[in-house]
Amino acid sequence: MAAPTTTPAPVAPIETGRRRRPIRSRMRGGMIGYLFIAPVGLGLLVLYIYPAVATFALSFTEWGPFGGNTFNGFTNYAAVFRNELFWRALGNTLLYMVIGLLVIPIAIIIAALLNKPGLRGVGVYRTLYFIPFVTLPVASGMVWKWLYNGDYGLINAFLSSFGVSGTYWVANPSTALLAIGIVQVWSQIGYYLVIFIAGIKAIPQTYLEAAELDGAGPIRRFFLVVIPLLSPSIFFCSVINVIATLQIFDLIYVMSQSSSANPAFNSAQSIVTLFYQMAFVENNKGNATALAFLLMLLIAALTAVQFRLQKKWVFYD
Amino acid sequence: MIFPFAWQILTAFKTQAEAVAVPVQILPSRWEWAVFTEIFEVLPFAEQLRTSVIVAFVRTVGQVMLCSLAAYAFARLRFPGRELLFALFLSVLMVPGQLLILPQYELMATFDLLNTIPALILPGLFSAFGTFLLRQFFLTIPAELEEAALLDGASRLRIYWSVMLPLVRPALAALAVITMMNSWNDLLWPLVVNTDPNVMPISAGLTTLQGQFQTNYPALMAGALLASLPMLLVFLVLQRQFVQGIALTGSKG
Repeated sequence: MAAPTTTPAPVAPIETGRRRRPIRSRMRGGMIGYLFIAPVGLGLLVLYIYPAVATFALSFTEWGPFGGNTFNGFTNYAAVFRNELFWRALGNTLLYMVIGLLVIPIAIIIAALLNKPGLRGVGVYRTLYFIPFVTLPVASGMVWKWLYNGDYGLINAFLSSFGVSGTYWVANPSTALLAIGIVQVWSQIGYYLVIFIAGIKAIPQTYLEAAELDGAGPIRRFFLVVIPLLSPSIFFCSVINVIATLQIFDLIYVMSQSSSANPAFNSAQSIVTLFYQMAFVENNKGNATALAFLLMLLIAALTAVQFRLQKKWVFYD
Repeated sequence: MIFPFAWQILTAFKTQAEAVAVPVQILPSRWEWAVFTEIFEVLPFAEQLRTSVIVAFVRTVGQVMLCSLAAYAFARLRFPGRELLFALFLSVLMVPGQLLILPQYELMATFDLLNTIPALILPGLFSAFGTFLLRQFFLTIPAELEEAALLDGASRLRIYWSVMLPLVRPALAALAVITMMNSWNDLLWPLVVNTDPNVMPISAGLTTLQGQFQTNYPALMAGALLASLPMLLVFLVLQRQFVQGIALTGSKG
Protein backbone atom coordinates (compact mmCIF):
# COMPACT_ATOMS: atom_id res chain seq x y z
CA MET A 1 0.00 0.00 0.00
CA ALA A 2 1.30 3.39 -0.90
CA ALA A 3 1.42 6.21 1.58
CA PRO A 4 -1.78 8.27 1.50
CA THR A 5 -1.52 11.01 -1.08
CA THR A 6 -2.39 14.55 -0.14
CA THR A 7 -5.73 15.93 -1.23
CA PRO A 8 -5.51 18.44 -4.06
CA ALA A 9 -5.02 21.94 -2.76
CA PRO A 10 -8.08 24.19 -3.10
CA VAL A 11 -7.80 26.60 -6.00
CA ALA A 12 -7.01 30.06 -4.72
CA PRO A 13 -9.76 32.56 -5.49
CA ILE A 14 -8.71 34.95 -8.21
CA GLU A 15 -8.15 38.34 -6.76
CA THR A 16 -10.26 40.98 -8.41
CA GLY A 17 -10.91 44.65 -7.96
CA ARG A 18 -8.68 46.77 -5.79
CA ARG A 19 -5.19 45.30 -5.80
CA ARG A 20 -2.96 46.04 -2.87
CA ARG A 21 0.32 47.55 -3.87
CA PRO A 22 3.18 45.26 -3.04
CA ILE A 23 4.19 45.96 0.50
CA ARG A 24 7.87 46.01 -0.34
CA SER A 25 7.66 49.22 -2.33
CA ARG A 26 6.41 51.04 0.73
CA MET A 27 9.20 49.70 2.87
CA ARG A 28 11.99 51.94 1.80
CA GLY A 29 14.86 52.18 4.17
CA GLY A 30 17.37 54.37 2.38
CA MET A 31 20.27 55.56 4.46
CA ILE A 32 18.99 54.00 7.63
CA GLY A 33 19.63 50.55 6.18
CA TYR A 34 23.33 51.30 5.90
CA LEU A 35 23.38 52.72 9.42
CA PHE A 36 21.80 49.55 10.81
CA ILE A 37 24.27 47.33 9.00
CA ALA A 38 27.34 49.47 9.63
CA PRO A 39 28.34 48.18 13.10
CA VAL A 40 28.42 44.48 12.21
CA GLY A 41 29.53 45.25 8.67
CA LEU A 42 32.58 47.21 9.79
CA GLY A 43 33.39 44.65 12.46
CA LEU A 44 33.27 41.80 9.96
CA LEU A 45 35.29 43.82 7.46
CA VAL A 46 38.09 44.59 9.90
CA LEU A 47 38.15 41.38 11.91
CA TYR A 48 37.06 38.76 9.38
CA ILE A 49 37.22 39.83 5.74
CA TYR A 50 40.50 41.72 5.95
CA PRO A 51 42.17 38.85 7.91
CA ALA A 52 40.95 36.32 5.34
CA VAL A 53 42.47 38.31 2.50
CA ALA A 54 45.59 39.00 4.54
CA THR A 55 46.09 35.30 5.32
CA PHE A 56 45.83 34.48 1.65
CA ALA A 57 48.42 37.12 0.81
CA LEU A 58 50.68 36.23 3.74
CA SER A 59 50.75 32.58 2.82
CA PHE A 60 52.80 33.62 -0.21
CA THR A 61 55.24 35.77 1.74
CA GLU A 62 58.14 35.33 4.04
CA TRP A 63 57.40 37.02 7.37
CA GLY A 64 60.04 39.54 8.30
CA PRO A 65 60.55 40.41 11.94
CA PHE A 66 58.93 43.86 11.77
CA GLY A 67 56.43 43.68 8.96
CA GLY A 68 59.05 43.45 6.22
CA ASN A 69 57.25 40.65 4.40
CA THR A 70 58.59 39.59 1.04
CA PHE A 71 56.82 37.63 -1.67
CA ASN A 72 58.17 34.13 -1.95
CA GLY A 73 55.64 32.37 -4.15
CA PHE A 74 54.75 28.85 -3.12
CA THR A 75 57.77 28.42 -0.84
CA ASN A 76 55.61 28.17 2.29
CA TYR A 77 53.35 25.60 0.69
CA ALA A 78 56.33 23.59 -0.51
CA ALA A 79 57.77 23.69 3.01
CA VAL A 80 54.49 22.47 4.47
CA PHE A 81 54.30 19.63 1.96
CA ARG A 82 57.88 18.62 2.75
CA ASN A 83 57.14 18.66 6.47
CA GLU A 84 56.59 15.14 7.67
CA LEU A 85 54.52 16.47 10.58
CA PHE A 86 52.01 17.94 8.15
CA TRP A 87 51.27 14.54 6.62
CA ARG A 88 50.92 13.00 10.06
CA ALA A 89 48.61 15.76 11.22
CA LEU A 90 46.58 15.44 8.03
CA GLY A 91 46.21 11.68 8.50
CA ASN A 92 45.32 12.17 12.16
CA THR A 93 42.77 14.85 11.34
CA LEU A 94 41.07 12.57 8.82
CA LEU A 95 41.06 9.80 11.44
CA TYR A 96 39.43 12.16 13.96
CA MET A 97 36.88 12.92 11.27
CA VAL A 98 36.08 9.24 10.72
CA ILE A 99 35.83 8.55 14.47
CA GLY A 100 33.82 11.74 14.94
CA LEU A 101 31.26 10.64 12.36
CA LEU A 102 30.34 7.71 14.62
CA VAL A 103 28.38 10.22 16.66
CA ILE A 104 25.71 10.24 13.95
CA PRO A 105 24.65 6.56 14.03
CA ILE A 106 24.95 6.55 17.83
CA ALA A 107 22.73 9.62 18.19
CA ILE A 108 20.18 8.22 15.70
CA ILE A 109 19.92 4.95 17.62
CA ILE A 110 19.46 6.72 20.95
CA ALA A 111 16.91 9.08 19.40
CA ALA A 112 14.99 6.13 17.95
CA LEU A 113 15.03 4.33 21.30
CA LEU A 114 13.82 7.46 23.07
CA ASN A 115 10.97 7.74 20.58
CA LYS A 116 9.10 4.76 22.07
CA PRO A 117 5.51 5.85 22.63
CA GLY A 118 4.77 6.11 26.30
CA LEU A 119 8.39 6.38 27.36
CA ARG A 120 8.53 8.88 30.20
CA GLY A 121 11.19 11.41 30.93
CA VAL A 122 12.55 11.96 27.41
CA GLY A 123 13.49 15.44 28.59
CA VAL A 124 15.59 13.99 31.41
CA TYR A 125 17.50 11.70 29.05
CA ARG A 126 18.01 14.52 26.60
CA THR A 127 19.40 16.66 29.42
CA LEU A 128 21.76 13.93 30.59
CA TYR A 129 23.13 13.48 27.08
CA PHE A 130 23.31 17.23 26.54
CA ILE A 131 25.32 18.08 29.67
CA PRO A 132 28.70 16.98 28.22
CA PHE A 133 28.07 19.21 25.21
CA VAL A 134 27.56 22.24 27.45
CA THR A 135 30.51 21.50 29.71
CA LEU A 136 33.70 23.44 29.18
CA PRO A 137 35.71 21.23 26.75
CA VAL A 138 38.92 21.94 28.65
CA ALA A 139 37.29 20.63 31.83
CA SER A 140 35.95 17.49 30.15
CA GLY A 141 39.35 16.91 28.62
CA MET A 142 40.99 17.08 32.04
CA VAL A 143 38.46 14.74 33.60
CA TRP A 144 38.89 12.18 30.85
CA LYS A 145 42.64 12.48 30.96
CA TRP A 146 42.35 11.54 34.62
CA LEU A 147 40.05 8.62 33.83
CA TYR A 148 42.54 7.48 31.18
CA ASN A 149 45.51 7.76 33.55
CA GLY A 150 47.71 4.69 33.30
CA ASP A 151 48.47 4.28 36.99
CA TYR A 152 45.45 5.55 38.93
CA GLY A 153 42.84 5.97 36.20
CA LEU A 154 39.44 4.47 36.68
CA ILE A 155 39.37 2.90 33.23
CA ASN A 156 42.40 0.75 33.94
CA ALA A 157 41.06 -0.12 37.37
CA PHE A 158 37.86 -1.25 35.71
CA LEU A 159 39.74 -3.26 33.08
CA SER A 160 41.97 -4.91 35.66
CA SER A 161 38.93 -6.27 37.46
CA PHE A 162 38.48 -8.36 34.30
CA GLY A 163 42.14 -9.27 34.32
CA VAL A 164 42.92 -6.94 31.41
CA SER A 165 45.88 -4.69 31.94
CA GLY A 166 45.35 -1.25 30.41
CA THR A 167 47.86 1.19 29.05
CA TYR A 168 48.73 4.88 29.39
CA TRP A 169 45.88 5.73 27.03
CA VAL A 170 46.74 9.32 26.12
CA ALA A 171 50.51 8.94 26.43
CA ASN A 172 50.70 5.82 24.28
CA PRO A 173 51.19 6.80 20.62
CA SER A 174 49.07 3.90 19.41
CA THR A 175 46.02 4.66 21.55
CA ALA A 176 46.12 8.44 22.11
CA LEU A 177 44.19 9.41 19.00
CA LEU A 178 41.42 6.88 19.58
CA ALA A 179 41.17 7.84 23.26
CA ILE A 180 40.73 11.52 22.36
CA GLY A 181 38.34 10.68 19.52
CA ILE A 182 36.08 8.82 21.94
CA VAL A 183 35.87 11.87 24.20
CA GLN A 184 35.02 13.98 21.16
CA VAL A 185 32.12 11.64 20.29
CA TRP A 186 30.95 11.54 23.92
CA SER A 187 30.89 15.31 24.17
CA GLN A 188 28.96 15.81 20.92
CA ILE A 189 26.18 13.24 21.26
CA GLY A 190 23.73 15.62 22.92
CA TYR A 191 23.85 18.14 20.10
CA TYR A 192 23.05 15.58 17.41
CA LEU A 193 20.52 13.86 19.61
CA VAL A 194 18.47 17.05 19.84
CA ILE A 195 18.42 17.35 16.06
CA PHE A 196 17.50 13.70 15.47
CA ILE A 197 14.78 13.65 18.14
CA ALA A 198 13.18 16.62 16.37
CA GLY A 199 13.63 14.88 13.00
CA ILE A 200 12.05 11.61 14.15
CA LYS A 201 9.17 13.45 15.79
CA ALA A 202 8.44 15.10 12.46
CA ILE A 203 7.94 11.77 10.66
CA PRO A 204 4.21 11.32 10.01
CA GLN A 205 2.81 8.42 12.01
CA THR A 206 0.80 7.31 8.99
CA TYR A 207 3.99 6.27 7.17
CA LEU A 208 5.02 4.04 10.04
CA GLU A 209 1.52 2.61 10.40
CA ALA A 210 1.38 1.90 6.69
CA ALA A 211 4.68 0.05 6.87
CA GLU A 212 3.47 -1.89 9.88
CA LEU A 213 0.31 -2.95 8.04
CA ASP A 214 2.54 -4.17 5.24
CA GLY A 215 4.17 -6.42 7.78
CA ALA A 216 7.43 -4.56 8.38
CA GLY A 217 8.90 -5.24 11.81
CA PRO A 218 10.55 -2.54 13.94
CA ILE A 219 13.98 -3.06 12.37
CA ARG A 220 12.68 -2.89 8.81
CA ARG A 221 10.55 0.16 9.67
CA PHE A 222 13.66 1.81 11.08
CA PHE A 223 15.74 1.20 7.95
CA LEU A 224 13.04 1.58 5.30
CA VAL A 225 10.98 4.43 6.74
CA VAL A 226 12.78 6.29 9.52
CA ILE A 227 16.27 6.48 7.98
CA PRO A 228 15.17 7.70 4.52
CA LEU A 229 12.87 10.31 6.03
CA LEU A 230 15.63 11.38 8.39
CA SER A 231 18.18 11.66 5.59
CA PRO A 232 18.01 15.48 5.30
CA SER A 233 18.90 15.76 9.01
CA ILE A 234 21.61 13.13 8.61
CA PHE A 235 23.06 15.06 5.71
CA PHE A 236 23.05 18.33 7.67
CA CYS A 237 24.66 16.65 10.69
CA SER A 238 27.33 15.01 8.61
CA VAL A 239 28.29 18.30 6.94
CA ILE A 240 28.42 20.10 10.30
CA ASN A 241 30.28 17.25 11.97
CA VAL A 242 32.95 17.02 9.29
CA ILE A 243 33.55 20.77 9.39
CA ALA A 244 33.78 20.69 13.20
CA THR A 245 36.10 17.70 13.59
CA LEU A 246 38.46 18.89 10.87
CA GLN A 247 39.03 21.85 13.20
CA ILE A 248 39.47 19.77 16.37
CA PHE A 249 41.78 21.51 18.83
CA ASP A 250 40.62 21.89 22.45
CA LEU A 251 40.54 18.25 23.53
CA ILE A 252 43.83 17.41 21.87
CA TYR A 253 45.50 20.47 23.36
CA VAL A 254 44.31 19.59 26.85
CA MET A 255 44.76 15.84 26.75
CA SER A 256 48.01 15.37 24.88
CA GLN A 257 49.69 18.67 24.05
CA SER A 258 49.99 20.17 27.51
CA SER A 259 53.46 18.70 27.75
CA SER A 260 55.59 18.28 24.66
CA ALA A 261 57.34 15.48 26.52
CA ASN A 262 54.28 13.34 25.89
CA PRO A 263 55.47 10.52 23.60
CA ALA A 264 52.08 10.63 21.90
CA PHE A 265 52.42 14.37 21.14
CA ASN A 266 52.76 13.97 17.38
CA SER A 267 50.59 10.93 16.96
CA ALA A 268 47.57 12.79 18.33
CA GLN A 269 48.35 16.11 16.62
CA SER A 270 45.68 17.60 14.34
CA ILE A 271 46.11 20.25 11.67
CA VAL A 272 44.91 22.98 14.02
CA THR A 273 47.23 21.98 16.87
CA LEU A 274 50.06 21.90 14.34
CA PHE A 275 48.97 25.34 13.15
CA TYR A 276 49.06 26.62 16.73
CA GLN A 277 52.47 25.04 17.21
CA MET A 278 53.89 26.59 14.03
CA ALA A 279 52.35 30.05 14.49
CA PHE A 280 52.75 30.68 18.19
CA VAL A 281 55.36 28.28 19.51
CA GLU A 282 57.84 28.06 16.64
CA ASN A 283 56.91 31.52 15.32
CA ASN A 284 56.93 30.20 11.77
CA LYS A 285 54.04 32.34 10.56
CA GLY A 286 54.57 31.92 6.83
CA ASN A 287 54.21 28.16 7.01
CA ALA A 288 51.36 28.50 9.50
CA THR A 289 49.28 30.67 7.16
CA ALA A 290 49.91 28.25 4.30
CA LEU A 291 48.80 25.40 6.57
CA ALA A 292 45.65 27.28 7.59
CA PHE A 293 44.83 27.91 3.96
CA LEU A 294 45.30 24.22 3.13
CA LEU A 295 42.90 23.37 5.95
CA MET A 296 40.30 25.67 4.44
CA LEU A 297 40.71 23.99 1.06
CA LEU A 298 40.30 20.58 2.69
CA ILE A 299 37.11 21.67 4.48
CA ALA A 300 35.73 23.20 1.30
CA ALA A 301 36.58 20.09 -0.73
CA LEU A 302 35.03 17.62 1.72
CA THR A 303 31.92 19.79 2.05
CA ALA A 304 31.59 20.00 -1.73
CA VAL A 305 31.96 16.22 -2.05
CA GLN A 306 29.16 15.73 0.46
CA PHE A 307 26.88 18.10 -1.41
CA ARG A 308 27.65 16.20 -4.62
CA LEU A 309 26.88 12.85 -3.04
CA GLN A 310 23.68 13.98 -1.35
CA LYS A 311 21.67 13.51 -4.59
CA LYS A 312 22.39 9.81 -4.33
CA TRP A 313 21.07 9.24 -0.85
CA VAL A 314 19.25 12.22 0.65
CA PHE A 315 15.52 11.89 0.30
CA TYR A 316 13.54 15.09 0.28
CA ASP A 317 9.86 14.56 0.87
CA MET B 1 27.11 9.82 29.96
CA ILE B 2 27.53 11.88 33.08
CA PHE B 3 29.56 9.32 34.94
CA PRO B 4 32.83 11.23 34.35
CA PHE B 5 31.33 14.19 36.18
CA ALA B 6 30.36 12.06 39.15
CA TRP B 7 33.92 10.76 39.31
CA GLN B 8 35.20 14.31 39.00
CA ILE B 9 33.11 15.45 41.96
CA LEU B 10 34.17 12.51 44.11
CA THR B 11 37.83 13.08 43.29
CA ALA B 12 37.62 16.78 44.09
CA PHE B 13 36.75 15.91 47.68
CA LYS B 14 39.49 13.33 48.16
CA THR B 15 42.96 13.80 49.47
CA GLN B 16 45.76 13.40 46.97
CA ALA B 17 46.67 10.04 48.50
CA GLU B 18 43.11 8.77 48.15
CA ALA B 19 42.90 10.05 44.58
CA VAL B 20 45.88 8.02 43.44
CA ALA B 21 45.25 4.99 45.64
CA VAL B 22 45.59 1.56 44.03
CA PRO B 23 43.17 -0.19 44.08
CA VAL B 24 40.85 2.71 43.32
CA GLN B 25 39.06 4.20 46.27
CA ILE B 26 35.57 5.25 45.27
CA LEU B 27 34.41 7.46 48.13
CA PRO B 28 36.53 10.00 49.98
CA SER B 29 37.01 9.01 53.61
CA ARG B 30 36.38 12.60 54.68
CA TRP B 31 34.70 15.21 52.48
CA GLU B 32 37.42 17.85 52.17
CA TRP B 33 36.51 21.34 50.97
CA ALA B 34 40.06 22.60 51.35
CA VAL B 35 41.01 22.14 47.73
CA PHE B 36 38.24 24.45 46.55
CA THR B 37 39.83 27.33 48.43
CA GLU B 38 43.34 26.22 47.57
CA ILE B 39 42.95 26.78 43.84
CA PHE B 40 41.90 30.38 44.44
CA GLU B 41 45.25 30.90 46.12
CA VAL B 42 47.58 29.28 43.61
CA LEU B 43 45.87 30.65 40.52
CA PRO B 44 44.10 33.95 39.81
CA PHE B 45 41.02 31.77 39.62
CA ALA B 46 38.58 34.44 40.75
CA GLU B 47 39.94 36.92 38.20
CA GLN B 48 39.68 34.31 35.48
CA LEU B 49 36.11 33.47 36.33
CA ARG B 50 35.29 37.16 36.36
CA THR B 51 36.99 37.64 32.99
CA SER B 52 34.96 34.78 31.52
CA VAL B 53 31.75 36.27 32.86
CA ILE B 54 32.51 39.76 31.52
CA VAL B 55 33.56 38.44 28.12
CA ALA B 56 30.53 36.17 27.81
CA PHE B 57 28.15 38.91 28.92
CA VAL B 58 29.49 41.65 26.64
CA ARG B 59 29.79 39.31 23.66
CA THR B 60 26.26 38.03 24.12
CA VAL B 61 24.55 41.37 24.62
CA GLY B 62 26.68 43.01 21.94
CA GLN B 63 26.20 40.31 19.36
CA VAL B 64 22.46 40.09 19.86
CA MET B 65 22.09 43.87 19.58
CA LEU B 66 24.42 44.44 16.63
CA CYS B 67 23.32 41.38 14.68
CA SER B 68 19.63 42.06 15.18
CA LEU B 69 20.09 45.62 13.84
CA ALA B 70 21.81 44.34 10.71
CA ALA B 71 19.42 41.42 10.37
CA TYR B 72 16.44 43.76 10.57
CA ALA B 73 17.90 45.94 7.82
CA PHE B 74 18.63 42.96 5.57
CA ALA B 75 15.16 41.53 6.07
CA ARG B 76 13.02 44.65 6.07
CA LEU B 77 14.69 47.67 4.53
CA ARG B 78 15.47 48.31 0.90
CA PHE B 79 18.63 50.04 -0.15
CA PRO B 80 20.98 49.74 -3.09
CA GLY B 81 23.56 46.98 -2.76
CA ARG B 82 21.63 45.06 -0.15
CA GLU B 83 21.91 41.69 -1.86
CA LEU B 84 25.60 42.17 -2.53
CA LEU B 85 26.30 43.12 1.08
CA PHE B 86 24.33 40.14 2.30
CA ALA B 87 26.30 37.82 0.04
CA LEU B 88 29.48 39.28 1.54
CA PHE B 89 28.16 38.51 5.04
CA LEU B 90 27.40 34.94 4.00
CA SER B 91 30.87 34.47 2.57
CA VAL B 92 32.29 35.14 6.05
CA LEU B 93 30.36 32.11 7.30
CA MET B 94 32.40 29.77 5.17
CA VAL B 95 35.87 30.68 6.38
CA PRO B 96 37.17 28.60 9.29
CA GLY B 97 38.25 30.62 12.31
CA GLN B 98 41.86 29.42 12.41
CA LEU B 99 42.51 30.96 9.03
CA LEU B 100 41.90 34.39 10.52
CA ILE B 101 43.78 34.10 13.77
CA LEU B 102 47.20 35.34 12.70
CA PRO B 103 46.03 38.61 11.12
CA GLN B 104 43.54 39.06 13.97
CA TYR B 105 46.40 38.64 16.40
CA GLU B 106 48.48 41.20 14.48
CA LEU B 107 45.54 43.62 14.61
CA MET B 108 45.29 43.25 18.37
CA ALA B 109 49.03 43.79 18.65
CA THR B 110 48.80 46.91 16.44
CA PHE B 111 46.08 48.40 18.63
CA ASP B 112 48.06 47.44 21.71
CA LEU B 113 45.25 45.23 22.98
CA LEU B 114 47.16 42.03 23.73
CA ASN B 115 46.50 40.81 27.26
CA THR B 116 43.40 42.93 27.64
CA ILE B 117 39.76 41.99 28.02
CA PRO B 118 38.72 43.89 24.84
CA ALA B 119 40.99 41.59 22.85
CA LEU B 120 39.00 38.63 24.12
CA ILE B 121 35.69 40.31 23.37
CA LEU B 122 36.21 41.98 20.00
CA PRO B 123 36.03 39.19 17.39
CA GLY B 124 33.01 37.67 19.14
CA LEU B 125 30.97 40.86 18.91
CA PHE B 126 30.43 40.60 15.18
CA SER B 127 28.82 37.54 13.73
CA ALA B 128 27.73 36.70 10.22
CA PHE B 129 25.99 33.62 11.59
CA GLY B 130 23.98 35.64 14.11
CA THR B 131 22.93 38.12 11.43
CA PHE B 132 21.89 35.32 9.10
CA LEU B 133 19.94 33.45 11.79
CA LEU B 134 18.01 36.53 12.92
CA ARG B 135 17.34 37.70 9.36
CA GLN B 136 15.54 34.42 8.68
CA PHE B 137 13.24 35.20 11.60
CA PHE B 138 12.57 38.80 10.71
CA LEU B 139 11.52 37.55 7.27
CA THR B 140 8.73 35.46 8.79
CA ILE B 141 7.00 38.39 10.49
CA PRO B 142 3.96 39.76 8.65
CA ALA B 143 4.59 43.19 7.18
CA GLU B 144 1.22 44.54 8.35
CA LEU B 145 2.51 44.97 11.89
CA GLU B 146 5.31 47.14 10.68
CA GLU B 147 3.06 49.12 8.35
CA ALA B 148 0.71 49.96 11.15
CA ALA B 149 3.58 51.35 13.18
CA LEU B 150 4.85 53.32 10.17
CA LEU B 151 1.42 54.88 9.69
CA ASP B 152 1.45 55.88 13.33
CA GLY B 153 4.61 57.79 12.55
CA ALA B 154 7.11 55.59 14.38
CA SER B 155 10.73 55.85 13.29
CA ARG B 156 12.62 52.85 11.93
CA LEU B 157 14.68 52.60 15.08
CA ARG B 158 11.52 52.62 17.15
CA ILE B 159 9.85 49.96 15.00
CA TYR B 160 12.94 47.80 15.28
CA TRP B 161 13.07 48.20 19.03
CA SER B 162 9.43 48.11 20.10
CA VAL B 163 7.71 46.14 17.37
CA MET B 164 10.17 43.74 15.79
CA LEU B 165 12.51 42.74 18.61
CA PRO B 166 9.74 41.50 20.91
CA LEU B 167 8.37 39.40 18.05
CA VAL B 168 11.61 37.53 17.47
CA ARG B 169 12.39 37.03 21.13
CA PRO B 170 12.76 33.22 20.86
CA ALA B 171 15.38 33.62 18.16
CA LEU B 172 17.20 36.29 20.19
CA ALA B 173 17.24 33.98 23.21
CA ALA B 174 18.55 31.09 21.13
CA LEU B 175 21.32 33.20 19.62
CA ALA B 176 22.15 34.51 23.10
CA VAL B 177 22.66 31.06 24.61
CA ILE B 178 24.72 29.86 21.66
CA THR B 179 26.93 32.95 21.85
CA MET B 180 27.28 32.63 25.61
CA MET B 181 28.31 29.01 25.35
CA ASN B 182 30.77 29.60 22.53
CA SER B 183 32.29 32.46 24.46
CA TRP B 184 32.62 30.51 27.70
CA ASN B 185 34.13 27.49 25.96
CA ASP B 186 36.42 29.32 23.56
CA LEU B 187 40.04 28.25 23.97
CA LEU B 188 42.26 28.89 20.95
CA TRP B 189 41.72 32.65 20.70
CA PRO B 190 42.27 33.34 24.43
CA LEU B 191 45.41 31.20 24.40
CA VAL B 192 46.71 33.30 21.54
CA VAL B 193 45.88 36.85 22.64
CA ASN B 194 46.11 36.67 26.42
CA THR B 195 49.16 34.94 27.79
CA ASP B 196 49.05 36.73 31.14
CA PRO B 197 47.19 34.46 33.59
CA ASN B 198 45.59 37.48 35.23
CA VAL B 199 43.62 38.39 32.11
CA MET B 200 42.88 34.89 30.83
CA PRO B 201 39.36 33.55 30.81
CA ILE B 202 38.83 30.41 32.81
CA SER B 203 39.02 28.09 29.78
CA ALA B 204 42.62 29.08 29.12
CA GLY B 205 43.38 29.49 32.82
CA LEU B 206 42.52 25.87 33.47
CA THR B 207 45.16 24.70 31.02
CA THR B 208 47.83 26.49 33.06
CA LEU B 209 46.48 24.78 36.17
CA GLN B 210 47.36 21.50 34.52
CA GLY B 211 51.03 22.40 34.42
CA GLN B 212 51.14 23.52 38.02
CA PHE B 213 49.29 20.57 39.41
CA GLN B 214 50.90 17.80 37.46
CA THR B 215 49.85 15.30 40.08
CA ASN B 216 47.41 17.12 42.37
CA TYR B 217 44.27 15.51 40.96
CA PRO B 218 41.82 16.75 43.59
CA ALA B 219 42.82 20.33 42.78
CA LEU B 220 42.60 19.71 39.04
CA MET B 221 39.16 18.15 39.35
CA ALA B 222 37.93 20.90 41.65
CA GLY B 223 39.16 23.54 39.21
CA ALA B 224 37.53 21.82 36.25
CA LEU B 225 34.31 21.50 38.19
CA LEU B 226 34.23 25.15 39.25
CA ALA B 227 34.99 26.28 35.70
CA SER B 228 32.15 24.28 34.15
CA LEU B 229 29.61 25.01 36.85
CA PRO B 230 28.44 28.49 35.73
CA MET B 231 27.62 27.27 32.21
CA LEU B 232 25.91 24.15 33.56
CA LEU B 233 23.73 26.31 35.80
CA VAL B 234 22.87 28.58 32.88
CA PHE B 235 21.98 25.48 30.89
CA LEU B 236 19.75 24.06 33.60
CA VAL B 237 17.88 27.37 33.84
CA LEU B 238 17.66 28.00 30.09
CA GLN B 239 17.29 24.43 28.81
CA ARG B 240 14.46 25.29 26.47
CA GLN B 241 16.46 28.08 24.82
CA PHE B 242 19.47 25.81 24.43
CA VAL B 243 17.48 23.07 22.76
CA GLN B 244 15.64 25.60 20.62
CA GLY B 245 18.94 27.16 19.64
CA ILE B 246 20.28 23.81 18.47
CA ALA B 247 17.08 23.05 16.62
CA LEU B 248 17.30 26.46 14.92
CA THR B 249 20.86 25.96 13.78
CA GLY B 250 19.76 22.54 12.62
CA SER B 251 16.87 23.72 10.53
CA LYS B 252 17.85 27.18 9.38
CA GLY B 253 21.61 27.36 9.63
